[in-house]
Amino acid sequence: MPHDHHDNDLDEMTALTRALETVLVEKGLVDPAAIDAIIETYSNDVGPRNGAAVVARAWSDPVFADFLATDATAAISSMGFTGRQGEHMRAVFNGAGVHNLVVCTLCSCYPWTVLGLPPVWYKSPPYRSRAVRDPRGVLAEFGTTLPAETEVRVWDSTAELRYLVIPERPAGTEGWDADRLAALVGRDAMIGTTLADAP
Amino acid sequence: MNGPHDLGGRMGFGPIAPEADEPLFHAEWEPRALGIVLCCGALGYWTIDESRHARETIAHTDYLRFSYYRIWLTALIELLQRHGELTARELVDGHALTPGKRAARRLDAANVAGVLAKGGPTVREVDAQPEFSIGARVRVRNLQPTGHIRLPAYLRGHVGVIETQCGAHVFPDTNALHQGEQPQHLYTVAFDGAELWGEGENLSVRADLWESYLEAI
Repeated sequence: MPHDHHDNDLDEMTALTRALETVLVEKGLVDPAAIDAIIETYSNDVGPRNGAAVVARAWSDPVFADFLATDATAAISSMGFTGRQGEHMRAVFNGAGVHNLVVCTLCSCYPWTVLGLPPVWYKSPPYRSRAVRDPRGVLAEFGTTLPAETEVRVWDSTAELRYLVIPERPAGTEGWDADRLAALVGRDAMIGTTLADAP
Repeated sequence: MNGPHDLGGRMGFGPIAPEADEPLFHAEWEPRALGIVLCCGALGYWTIDESRHARETIAHTDYLRFSYYRIWLTALIELLQRHGELTARELVDGHALTPGKRAARRLDAANVAGVLAKGGPTVREVDAQPEFSIGARVRVRNLQPTGHIRLPAYLRGHVGVIETQCGAHVFPDTNALHQGEQPQHLYTVAFDGAELWGEGENLSVRADLWESYLEAI
């Protein structure tokens, strides 16, 4: 079917996106294979497994944990995770009496190099409006309850620093190697809406 | 600008509703939109700040009901038209009427990995020393420009403590408007929850704020 045949079955966004891609490809401004490569990258290569590897190494290697606390950009880069939306990284560590939560109230800033693309809820008004004001209520919706005396530190990513939460290592994982530990580190634990999984 | 994007502390948006087994994309057009946005960014017409400002200027009633990829695509169309690479007629027809001006800068598939790995660092060297010391108490200025700013409204007028000096970074307010990078010192500023909201035990909020957003007290 030629491209100029209007398909009335297409919904508005599908039609708009197709029309825009077609125009830009015809103009020589966009390489459709580059779009495919971008999708491939964020579907398969860059995602929360990267962040989980960073967390698991921090849990099992005190020298690396210090490096990560001091210069997260360099520490994360040393594991091969660099690039777009991870140019300037900061790791924030949960610990006794402190729990960290990351949000971008102004848009959708998110550490792509270690977590991949943000989930829909992270970019949507309910989370963006409430995370800074009612973080405990937000956490409850993720099934997370903290002791009343725990300080919740909310990091609003207003500039180009990108935040990775390092959750606490779960009890009962003594002697586990980094690969096994990484399986306990979900994406939401690295945003701060949940804790690391129990073994 | 006091736009629809500045959501911190607003009420009435309902539950967050995280999805179980959430897919990476929710419609087939979304990954294409992601790729198109990134490819067009590589043409070099706009900075990340100009693209953010284009999203902020979407009508409130649209911004709040659009999905985020739709916000991205809507702003992209505005940016392409602004910079003379797309017309409304072309979009309606689904065909190019003129060749692209910057086709020579097209991001080819072979270069995608390199471009994504390189990113766009915003730290810059400046001669000026940071005005605020770690531990200093500062007040957030009551800035309400009609242009771009990365100062959330909920922080205006409030007192916080300088926690970290982050070096000098490209200043988004000018960079968004083609007025240059004009780098400034950036600080992580910590605010007590009760200071911001009048209540809130064991809550603190940190934000990364440029020097000109702050004043000594």
